[in-house]
Amino acid sequence: MEPTQAIDPGSTAWMLASSAMVLLMVPGLALFYGGMVHRKNVLTTMMMSFVAMAIIGVQWVAFGYMLSFGTSLGGFLGWDPALLGLSGIPHTRLYGDKMIPELVFVMFQGKFAIITPALISGAVAERMKFKTYVAFILIWSTVVYCPLAHWVWAADGWLYKLGVLDFAGGTVVHISAGVSALVLAVMLGPRRDVARGHTVLPNNLVLTLTGAGLLWFGWFGFNAGSAVAVEHPVAGSVAGLAFTTTQSAAAAAGLMWMVIERWRHGKVTSLGLASGLIAGLVAVTPAAGHIKPASALLLGALAAVVCYFAVQLKAKLGYDDSLDAWGVHGVGGIFGALMTGVLCFTPVAGALSGNFGQLGLQAIGVGVAIVFAGAGTFLIASVLKATWGLRVEETEERDGLDVIIHGERGYHFDQT
Amino acid sequence: MKMITAIIRPEQLEAVEEALREILDEGDNFRLTVDTVEGHGRQEGEVELFRGKLVRVRRVQRSRITLAVNDAYLEKSIAAILKGAQTGEVGDGKIFVTALEECVRIRTGERGGQAV
Repeated sequence: MEPTQAIDPGSTAWMLASSAMVLLMVPGLALFYGGMVHRKNVLTTMMMSFVAMAIIGVQWVAFGYMLSFGTSLGGFLGWDPALLGLSGIPHTRLYGDKMIPELVFVMFQGKFAIITPALISGAVAERMKFKTYVAFILIWSTVVYCPLAHWVWAADGWLYKLGVLDFAGGTVVHISAGVSALVLAVMLGPRRDVARGHTVLPNNLVLTLTGAGLLWFGWFGFNAGSAVAVEHPVAGSVAGLAFTTTQSAAAAAGLMWMVIERWRHGKVTSLGLASGLIAGLVAVTPAAGHIKPASALLLGALAAVVCYFAVQLKAKLGYDDSLDAWGVHGVGGIFGALMTGVLCFTPVAGALSGNFGQLGLQAIGVGVAIVFAGAGTFLIASVLKATWGLRVEETEERDGLDVIIHGERGYHFDQT
Repeated sequence: MKMITAIIRPEQLEAVEEALREILDEGDNFRLTVDTVEGHGRQEGEVELFRGKLVRVRRVQRSRITLAVNDAYLEKSIAAILKGAQTGEVGDGKIFVTALEECVRIRTGERGGQAV
C-alpha cells in the first residue's frame, strides 16, 4: 500500500506515546507482582515480567506481527513472508487509512503482545522453573496470542467480522491470560507454604502500590491508544471517550473495593485499593470506546464486587493463583466483555437499549477465548511438563529462587 | 535457668521451630526470638553474580534463635534444635548454652523460673 494520503502528525505522536505507555505497564506489573511474594523470590517474580520484553520483543518483530496482522488465511491466521523481520515494511508506509506509519502500529500492537504473557506470571509465581516459563511464553504467544489477536482485531479476523466488540483487549489480553493462568496454577499445584496452610505475606507493598500506579498511567495508552482500531485520525473523539471511561471505571472500582473491605473487615487496605482499581481497568478494557462515562462508573463498581469475591474463591477451591491473575484479569475480563454487550452505545447499541444480540456475540467471543486459551495452555504445559518439568525442586523453593535461579538477592540491607 | 543461643541455616528454621514446638508447647505456645544475622564459620560465603562477575560474599546469612529455658528442658531443647537444624554439611551452625542469672516478666514483675 503506497502512501496516498499525508501522515497525520497528531495521531502519530499520540500512538508513539501510547506505545511507550503500554510498555511502561510491564515494569509496572513487575513491581505490582514483585511486592507480593516472599523476599527470597522478588527478583525471579519481577524477571518473569521483564523477560517478556526481551522474548516477545524479538518474537514480535521476527514473526509475531506477521501471524497476527499479515494477510488473513481464512480469518484464522495472518501470513505474509514479506513481513518476516518486518523487512517488507518501508518506514514511510502508512497503515491502512489511519494516517500513521505502519511501524508505529506494529510497535503499539507489540507492547500488547509483550504484556499479555507477563500477566500470566502472577499465577505461577514462586514455583515455576524459569527456563520452562521462558519457553512457555514464547510458544504461548505464537500459537495462542497471535491467532486470537488475528481473530478479534485483524480486519479479516472471523470474530471481528462476526461483530464481537473488544476495544482494547478484554478477550485477547485479559481473558486469554487469565484463563491460561488458572490452567497453569492448577497444573503446577500450590506453593509449598500454601500447601502447608501458611499465608504468603508480601515482602514490600510499597512496590505493589507503585506498580499499580504505573499500570493505571500506562492503561491510558492501552485503552485510549486502541482508538486506532475505530477512528482516523486516531487521536480523536473516541480516544477521548476511551480515556474518560478508563479513568471512571478505575476510580469507581477502587472506591467500591474500599467500601467492601470497610464493610466486611472494618479496615481499608492498600492492597485492596490497588486490586480494585486494576479490576476496574481490566473490566473497562473491552468496553472503553463503546460505553458512556456514567456506564463506566457502574461497570467499574460492579467489577470490583465480582472480582472481590472471585479472589476469595481460590482459598475455598484450593488452587493457588498466587497473585490473582485469574481472579482479577480472567474474571474481570469476562465480566467486562459481557458487560460491553449490555452497556455499549457506539458503534452499536447494547442490551440496555434492547439489542440483546450484541450480548450474545460477546458471549461467543468470551467462550471462544476461554476454550482456545485454556486448551492451548493445557497442551503446551503438558508437553513442557513431560520434557523440562514445570516446577522447581522443593528444596529450591524453600531456599528461594532468586539465589538458586539467578544467583542474586534482591535485598542486601545488612551489607554496609 | 539457661539461655540457649543457636546459629542455624535459615532454610532449617521452620524445622527447628516445629521440633521445639513439640517439646516446649504445653498449650500456651512457647517463647522464641529469631533474628537474621550475618557472619562466617569455617565455610565460605555463597557465590552471587554481579555484572558478570562471580562475587563471593564474605559473610553468609544465618538465623539466630534465642530462648530461655528451665534446666529440666535444656537437653530436650538441644535435641530438638539438633533434629531440626542438622544436615551434616559444613555450615550447619552452633548451639551456645549460657547460665541465666535472672529473668523478669515485665507485665507482672514475676521473677525466676516462673517467668521463663
